[in-house]
Amino acid sequence: MRLESGNAPDIAYVPQPGLIERIANDFPDQITEVGEQAQSNIDEYYNEAWRGYGTVDDTLYGAPLGANAKSFVWYSPAAFEENGYEIPETWDDLMALSDQIVSDHPDVKPWCAGIESGGATGWPATDWVEDVMLRTAGPEAYDQWVEHEIPFDDPQVVEAVDTVGEILRNPDYVNGGLGEVQSIATTPFGEAGLPILDGSCYLHRQASFYQANWPEDVTVAEDGDVFAFFLPGQSAEDRPVLGAGEFTVALADRPEVAALQAYLTSPEWSNEKAKVSGPGWVSANSELDPANLESPIDQLAYELLTDEDATFRFDASDLMPAAVGAGTFWTEMTDWIASGKDTQEALSAIESSWPAE
Amino acid sequence: MTSNAPVAPVKDLDGDGRSEPVRPRKLTKAEKRAIDTKNRLSSPWASAIAIVIALLWTVPTFGLFVTSWRPPADIRTSGWWTFFGDPEVTTENYVEVFTGGSTDFASAFINTVVITLPAVIIPITLALLAAYAFAWMEFRGRNILFVAVFALQIVPIQVTLIPLLTQYNNWGLVGSFWPVWISHTIFALPLAIFLLHNFMMDIPRTLIEAARVDGAGHVKIFFQVLLPLLVPAIAAFGIFQFLWVWNDLLVGLVFGSGPDVSPLTVRLADLTGTRGTAWHLLSSGAFVAMVVPVTVFLLLQRYFVRGLLAGGVKG
Amino acid sequence: MDYLLGADSSTQKLVVMVVAILLFVGVMALVLFVAELPKMPRWATVVFFLGPALLLIAFGLVYPAINTVLSSFKSPNLQEWVGTDNYVEVFTNPSMRRVLLNTLLWVLLVPTVSTAIGLVYAVLVDRTRFEKLAKTLVFLPMAISMVGASIIWKFVYDFKPASRPQTGLANQFLVWLGLDTQQFLLNWPWNTLFLIAVMVWIQAGFAMTVLSASIKAIPDDIIEAAKLDGASNFRMFRSVTVPSIRPALVVVLTTVAMATLKVFDIVYSMTGGNFGTSIVANEFYIQTFRTAQRGVGATLAVLLFVMVVPIVVYNVRQMKLSEEQR
Repeated sequence: MRLESGNAPDIAYVPQPGLIERIANDFPDQITEVGEQAQSNIDEYYNEAWRGYGTVDDTLYGAPLGANAKSFVWYSPAAFEENGYEIPETWDDLMALSDQIVSDHPDVKPWCAGIESGGATGWPATDWVEDVMLRTAGPEAYDQWVEHEIPFDDPQVVEAVDTVGEILRNPDYVNGGLGEVQSIATTPFGEAGLPILDGSCYLHRQASFYQANWPEDVTVAEDGDVFAFFLPGQSAEDRPVLGAGEFTVALADRPEVAALQAYLTSPEWSNEKAKVSGPGWVSANSELDPANLESPIDQLAYELLTDEDATFRFDASDLMPAAVGAGTFWTEMTDWIASGKDTQEALSAIESSWPAE
Repeated sequence: MTSNAPVAPVKDLDGDGRSEPVRPRKLTKAEKRAIDTKNRLSSPWASAIAIVIALLWTVPTFGLFVTSWRPPADIRTSGWWTFFGDPEVTTENYVEVFTGGSTDFASAFINTVVITLPAVIIPITLALLAAYAFAWMEFRGRNILFVAVFALQIVPIQVTLIPLLTQYNNWGLVGSFWPVWISHTIFALPLAIFLLHNFMMDIPRTLIEAARVDGAGHVKIFFQVLLPLLVPAIAAFGIFQFLWVWNDLLVGLVFGSGPDVSPLTVRLADLTGTRGTAWHLLSSGAFVAMVVPVTVFLLLQRYFVRGLLAGGVKG
Repeated sequence: MDYLLGADSSTQKLVVMVVAILLFVGVMALVLFVAELPKMPRWATVVFFLGPALLLIAFGLVYPAINTVLSSFKSPNLQEWVGTDNYVEVFTNPSMRRVLLNTLLWVLLVPTVSTAIGLVYAVLVDRTRFEKLAKTLVFLPMAISMVGASIIWKFVYDFKPASRPQTGLANQFLVWLGLDTQQFLLNWPWNTLFLIAVMVWIQAGFAMTVLSASIKAIPDDIIEAAKLDGASNFRMFRSVTVPSIRPALVVVLTTVAMATLKVFDIVYSMTGGNFGTSIVANEFYIQTFRTAQRGVGATLAVLLFVMVVPIVVYNVRQMKLSEEQR
């Protein structure tokens, strides 16, 4: 909005690639291509996918800054040990574990979830769908889905959403300590994982940044009170990672602006920033020293983000047009949980809201 | 958007029944009515209804007050009413509201004061003059213009943000208090003009005409005849504008960019907004923000009621 | 003059504030002085009185309003004209129709219910020993910001399964009564009614204060006469109190209705417009600022103008009536 009123900063922090595209389309005079130094930094230190996310029509405008990984399931290491549960290696293992928990503990539900987030209610559900889409349909179909090369209500998407429904709409599985299936829609996302602490829930899928939501006296570590494991793929070798991040976009064509943008892509800056910021800040810069990351979950997230064998994909709702990615995708998924709306019907409604090209 | 439309001019009234010194006639009137009231309240149903309403209107706020003193973990796991069974008080929430965050609390507080005073004074002054023109000056198109101003109350503030910001930026005002003052003034004007106009219409025509016969011009009539009579109405509208500006988040957020300008509400939103579930901060923060307007309202309540009644002086 | 634009210390800020006020007063004094010069034509005096306010209104409200009307016929990014497409969309899309229906519920229920409660309460506590305290208690919500009110009500409506400790007061009552807990904000139309209750809670104090003031001003002789006729309390309320304060009732209903049409904070912070609770003001915000559908957003803003037309017309008629009485 500051841009629209002509009051733009020299460098803008942009949390969504979709927004880079909007800026590039609406303010072609102001947006400036990433400078040479920064370009070579990006090529050297970042996975090539990041370059793609900052690119609009073959021009690189967005330089990656921070990042986070979303494909995590939070759990209590102590509770797992006590019950002899293993960390699942495949999706089937995960479902088997869920059933195991149901039969071991008839009073509790294995999963807890919450998608309420004020005006942004619904986004955690879209993250679920994206994560599962990467697993059931694969990264290529995921990319087509994001680019709208396949319709939003394509059978592959329906399958992914129904797979999510096997957990989130399964009254035997949810909503541990929080109520019925419907309570997912009204539980604030920040509170949704807390039942893990008192044993009324065992599993909670949420991004690495969820660490900030645990009470202060809770230790986040592999041998602590809570930790997270990678949301498994179809097989142990299949390792798709859903993540997100922010970018810098230069809005002034001056050498010092380009220099600053280049510095922000350098390993030196990432390492300094990691030391200063404390838990919760990660970047996908391959030269970031994990030792500078204070919290073990950040280290784990960093490992995933830079893992050569993992397939990284950016949060689809951040890539889609805002009318979908910050609009109907959120609201329809909320409805899908709150009122049990039919999957096909919900996805068709999203499809029809996709802005005409 | 607490913009409420305050201070309705109440017509067909004779005057204040309460806050003036009690004169003999009033006493009998009051007494008589007190007797009626006793009869009325002797009906247990009536008292019950009154008590239920009073409770419904108080208990939720009281609950937030109790919540704001409880430890975060307790807030999440049990209701505030359990506090009385097992009182555990913490001041941490308030400490964090005052000291946490990236900006300094005192400076945000000063910013709010600096924003509020001109944002109350300027629109009232401008609205008084305009209302006077609408009420006591003859000119073509007066009625249509007045209806237009009245109807403009409904322009949603959000549609004005981008055009205004563009202009402020062209004028180089961004980053100072001016955009905030000017914006609050603009948003307050239609309602202020409408209400003050109604008050002015209720001032007896004979008073104005007498002054005119004496050869007084508009400015003189405005200051010497009208202004003294309007003081209660101005005070009443002033209180409302104060509450609105003090509680405003949107204007502060958009036009008060930068820590040098941003008010308390922006700071509180900042403190609590990044983590949606910091209820301990939200509740204590809400109370900190509430203290000044509530105090001001309680202290000035008398003038407020008097202002409402001032509209009743019927010509 | 630089420090007028960039003050950083607290003292400087206060100085800037005082200077700004003085500057404003000075300019106004000058304007009025010029207006009062002899030989000043009458139209010029009008301009001096009315000019500053109208200038600001034209710049800050009229211009954006016209802009909005034009935008409502444009595409999402406002680049091309799309005719009445946006209007068709708003009136045919089922979720948009729900939004319109909700708005209608809000604008009908909030003014009437808060006025009714305010009136009943004002009559009940009138001239009792606790009147002052009782009125202050009900008025207090007016001094709280909308966001503050939403937080307060979160601790009323909050849901937990019946088997666990409750954090929402309303559900705790249900548990005490041995009932199952309810999701107050999930099922339409109840959720809309519960959100409306929050707005009523905020507005009733305003209605109560204004109506109480006008009840006190009902002339004694009317009441005496009614009593001589042997009117019961209820009849007295219906045939004496209510007609006597009719003008005040109109003003209260109007102003509360206007405030209701504009409010979006309650819906935005309590449900985000989900579960079928959205209203026009909230949907406008979402469409314009979140999903970048600025054409549709502008259309919704235009609908807000349109909804106010009946209110304006009614008030103009009232104004004409009182003008005639003068």
